[in-house]
Amino acid sequence: MDLSLQAEHRMAQQMVREFAQKEVAPVIKEWDRKQEMAPFVLRRMGELGILGICLPAAYGGQGLDYISLGLACEELEAVDTSLRVVMSVHVGLNSLGLFQWATEEQKQRFLVPQARGEKIACFGLTEPGAGSDVAGIASTAVLKGSEYVINGEKMWISLATRADHVLWFARTETDAADPHDGLSAFLVELDRPGVSRGDIHGKLGVRAGSTGWIAMQDVRVPVENRIGEPGEGFKIAMSCLDNGRYTVAAGATGLIRACLEASVKYASEREAFGRKIGKFQLVQQKIARMVQSYDAARLLYLRVGWMKNRGLRNTRETSLAKWFATDASFQAASEALQIHGAYGYSDEYDVERYLRNAKGAVIYEGTSEIHQLIQAGYALGYRQDPALRCELPAYDEEKWQLV
Amino acid sequence: MKIVVCIKQVPDTAARVVAENGQVSWGDAPLVMNPWDEYAVEAALQLKEAQGGDVTAISVGGESAKEALKNALAMGCSEAVLISDPALEGADSQAVAKVLAAAIQKIGDVDLAFFGKQAIDGDMGVTHVQTARVLDWPALTSVSTIQSVDPGAKTLRVERTMEEGRVVVEARMPAVISVLKDIGEPRYPSFMGIRKASRATIPVWTLADLGIQAPQSHVTWPVVENPPVREVKTEMITGDTPQEIAAKLVDKILAEKVL
Repeated sequence: MDLSLQAEHRMAQQMVREFAQKEVAPVIKEWDRKQEMAPFVLRRMGELGILGICLPAAYGGQGLDYISLGLACEELEAVDTSLRVVMSVHVGLNSLGLFQWATEEQKQRFLVPQARGEKIACFGLTEPGAGSDVAGIASTAVLKGSEYVINGEKMWISLATRADHVLWFARTETDAADPHDGLSAFLVELDRPGVSRGDIHGKLGVRAGSTGWIAMQDVRVPVENRIGEPGEGFKIAMSCLDNGRYTVAAGATGLIRACLEASVKYASEREAFGRKIGKFQLVQQKIARMVQSYDAARLLYLRVGWMKNRGLRNTRETSLAKWFATDASFQAASEALQIHGAYGYSDEYDVERYLRNAKGAVIYEGTSEIHQLIQAGYALGYRQDPALRCELPAYDEEKWQLV
Repeated sequence: MKIVVCIKQVPDTAARVVAENGQVSWGDAPLVMNPWDEYAVEAALQLKEAQGGDVTAISVGGESAKEALKNALAMGCSEAVLISDPALEGADSQAVAKVLAAAIQKIGDVDLAFFGKQAIDGDMGVTHVQTARVLDWPALTSVSTIQSVDPGAKTLRVERTMEEGRVVVEARMPAVISVLKDIGEPRYPSFMGIRKASRATIPVWTLADLGIQAPQSHVTWPVVENPPVREVKTEMITGDTPQEIAAKLVDKILAEKVL
């Protein structure tokens, strides 16, 4: 057993940290207040290769492993959640889904430009009336000749107005015995006629992130844009979530770290009753809990990265890491704010933003409640993970370098 | 062009450096490439991109200095060499300069050797000129821009920035150059560079490999101390109106002879 990171991991982590700290940290408060995405973020993340970090060089990626993806997400969310959200949707939910399920021709057409950061990708699963209840999806795709005609609306879609591609889930069979079996997945270019989209403002957190809706009215896409077989949509969506949730878990770990660092700094400066507040045991208790959460969350997500590298199925472990890290990050942010007292309640300090940002991840990519059902399901033997037709490829140190 | 960039590994800028009984320690703070040397690497890489050729990063230090060299490789240097020898323990800048000069000569046909303006640990700021002296090369210090390089004629033209103004300097190559921040923000390592660097085996040259004896050091540090702790007193000036508070503040400032 070896828990040490390799030189490559440490250097990749350091590089992403420098980018986030130098370029985003100084301006993030301003963009969060404006409720706008910093305009340079996607371009810079693409230029630096972060948007294709864990894809083979042959597909336009950087050829690093899945652990590097997690480390990058930790560093990004330690500065702002909106940065990590980009990784969750562009890399985790979309690009890795294509890497797992798309044909070679589709990978060349869609995955390569995404890995290079030339095309931005998002994920269209959630609908106004269907969140946790994925089988309740109402969007439809009807085969007419060599084209599908897609109708429907997706809601709470990160990067909705920034993306070039969406991985869209729609019902192709209305009379399937099990509604899960009637779904199919499509990679839709968002410049097709009939697509409309917009941003959602007034979110509690992740205000420097782009979240919106996408509607499709009689949008025609060729059969060649269907990812996987007809009826495989639910399985594909769940695979995508195994990857997206991993990035969320790693990111939430970074958020815990940010809370811990802010709390330690403030507790070492602020005085009350004639001494630093860090000397008070109730403050120490809060800090100790953050240390505990950080280490536990980090070990949980690194285990998932290790499993992905080896091509092991990780649905249970990913769900556990995501549930634990996001709940713990919300608690850490709340306690960090408490340590900062009234100052923490204002946006003079970063901790109020951490608290607002932390709440979102407790809801999206499987609410904490859903993850508890999943965990109990495994423990009680109600859930199994049958082998998939396409599994996420294991990391291959040699092959992934070949252009 | 053949370019060498000389780098040093130092404690991180965020490290709390503590001097106790003449011993300096920095706790568990990480060791990094001297920040000034990052500008030297950037300058060297820019020149390589403009003129072609290769950049070799070299460092004198212990085994750990390989990390700094790997960082230079990840930024885009073509090769890296560590010069390490137990006889160099405690070497002063003059001794290090002799070792660097020998390494530059061993590499052979070097056109330019880049340095940062100083290292943030020793803060001597003389190694580059001492190296130039040993090599008998011109030393171009405080360079803010490299205006032009003529590899055929073996000449270059650089701009130096000082407090009083700027000077354009022409010199023959080979030469030693120390750069300022104005040269350009150091690039991040690329993922491709990181992959290459993390798999690279960095050769280690000893003094025997360089064919030199251990150079003598003439400078020692008999006393090392942290600056005295400053006592800061905070006083709140209160009053009923801003005018009253301002008036009290002015009186205080005049009484303390701040103005």
